[in-house]
Amino acid sequence: MRRTSPLVYLTLIAAIALSAFPLYWLFVVASRSNDIVGDWPPPLIPGSHLLDNVSRLFDAEDAHFLKGMLNSAIASLAVTVSVVFFSSLAGFAFAKLRFRGKNFLLMIILGTMMIPVQMGIIPLYMIMVNFGWENRLQAVIVPFLVSAFGVFLMRQYAERAVPDELIEAARVDGCHTFRIFWTVVMPALRPGAAVLGLFTFMGTWNEFLWPLAVLEADNPTVQFSLNQLSTSYYTDYTLMFSGALVATVPLLLVFLVSGKQIIGGIMEGAVKS
Amino acid sequence: MPTHLRQRPVAPAAPAPGPSPDAPRARLLSRLDTKGSPYLFLAPFYVVFAVFGLFPLGYTAWVSLHSWSMSGKGSFIGFDNYTELFADPDFWNALFNTLGMLALATVPQLFIALVLAGLLNQKLRATTLLRMGVLLPIVTSVAAVGIVFSQIFDRDAGMANGLLGLVGVHPIDWRADKWSSWLAISTMVNWRWTGYNALIYLAAMQSIPRELYEAADIDGAGRMRQLWSITVPMIRPAVIFTVISSTIAGMQLFTEPLIFGQGNYAISGGTLHQFQTLSMYMFEKAFRDFDYGYGSAVAWMIFLVIMLLTLINFLVVRRAK
Repeated sequence: MRRTSPLVYLTLIAAIALSAFPLYWLFVVASRSNDIVGDWPPPLIPGSHLLDNVSRLFDAEDAHFLKGMLNSAIASLAVTVSVVFFSSLAGFAFAKLRFRGKNFLLMIILGTMMIPVQMGIIPLYMIMVNFGWENRLQAVIVPFLVSAFGVFLMRQYAERAVPDELIEAARVDGCHTFRIFWTVVMPALRPGAAVLGLFTFMGTWNEFLWPLAVLEADNPTVQFSLNQLSTSYYTDYTLMFSGALVATVPLLLVFLVSGKQIIGGIMEGAVKS
Repeated sequence: MPTHLRQRPVAPAAPAPGPSPDAPRARLLSRLDTKGSPYLFLAPFYVVFAVFGLFPLGYTAWVSLHSWSMSGKGSFIGFDNYTELFADPDFWNALFNTLGMLALATVPQLFIALVLAGLLNQKLRATTLLRMGVLLPIVTSVAAVGIVFSQIFDRDAGMANGLLGLVGVHPIDWRADKWSSWLAISTMVNWRWTGYNALIYLAAMQSIPRELYEAADIDGAGRMRQLWSITVPMIRPAVIFTVISSTIAGMQLFTEPLIFGQGNYAISGGTLHQFQTLSMYMFEKAFRDFDYGYGSAVAWMIFLVIMLLTLINFLVVRRAK
């Protein structure tokens, strides 16, 4: 193997610095007061106003930021748990069980992965109005409890990660199918489930168009209330930046805790076509 | 346990003291279990999907054939919404903007990702740390990206103009023109997704046999030559995957331009619709003007364009062997 030149490290470090800079800048402005805006050269060191700004953020009228954070946390957790569970269950069935119509049912799922969500958003809104779920949190949860991408991913993963012999052995031991899933298959799927979980959590946390359509400003998700901030307070940069920072922290925490597993999952090819 | 079962018959005559009266019932239950369980496991997906995925999809088509407003369903008007759409300059403008930003975001993004993956695909220290660093942008809240980059591309207070000022370029009003606003918005998209694509390429690259590169080294092929002649052809499935998924995502671009817009003109993509995307146009028609029929027609057009682009992508990438 060739020796890695220092130039490679330098380029990579520069690329990562570029990746991290907007996040760092988010933190710098969020911890400053508004009088720095427009300064040149820009202040590159954090200030001491972070707590002030964050408390201003939660007091900001019309933004309902706290409610937005809570709503997003509940929705993201609920959707993540549900998607991971049902995708693993269906993925296991497709990868390891034999049943009639399997190929046809799988084709349907693969086909639906091509359909963008926006396509159905107008009738989805009408359904919600019919259910009386306008401006209710379940409107951003229930339609997303399952995911075609998740089923596809977990099927790929189950095919490689779970040996058939293991399942046969459990069956001979008298386990019924769900018990096999829960005690034998699920533990083996954990790395794949971690990747799916993170992407689902992020996707739900970042969902923007649909909450904007179905929720009202007094009951927002966090991205919605950030949008409220950026339209009604767009001269108050430090306030907007504090909001953006606070909205990113949960994602960063999830990433730091599970990052290694996520990378492992992607590298094992779980996201490959 | 299986060993116990096998040992028992060694003692002859005395049948296993098992639950023999229950055996047929147990066998029935077990058959029900193996036959029925798969369907039971799949049922939640299909039920939720049928109600909230498939039904709305078909219904969008139905709504698009009506004049349908907030007050409810109007009359059936056939393809009138589509005829109107084809004559609607705002629609063509939104399509043009979407495709423009799609090109500006996808091409550099995938190219840089390829180079980045090539760099990462070497014997390196602290690999996990480097990979996590590259992935950092996608764990940022998407609205936060919009806010940070909006400020960076501010005309008066932004860092982009500050830096350009250092090399003597006059401040640019990033929101005012098509090309400048497209560039700013594409920068956000590129920043957020390059690392993710790099990791997908890297995953594919790791299964390429080392000998190919060693042979190329002996033949005197340079790094770039190796990237194009060995790496890219070998990771073609990953390339197809990223090209198609970035195209689908790019066709649905919504959050970044909306937040970049700021203020009252946000959903219109600037005063002259200079950066309004198709998704924004659909949203404006359906949820601001409450013209659901027209909005649904826009939705179907987005779908058709995605299908068309996916097909073209597929053919081009397949041909370029």
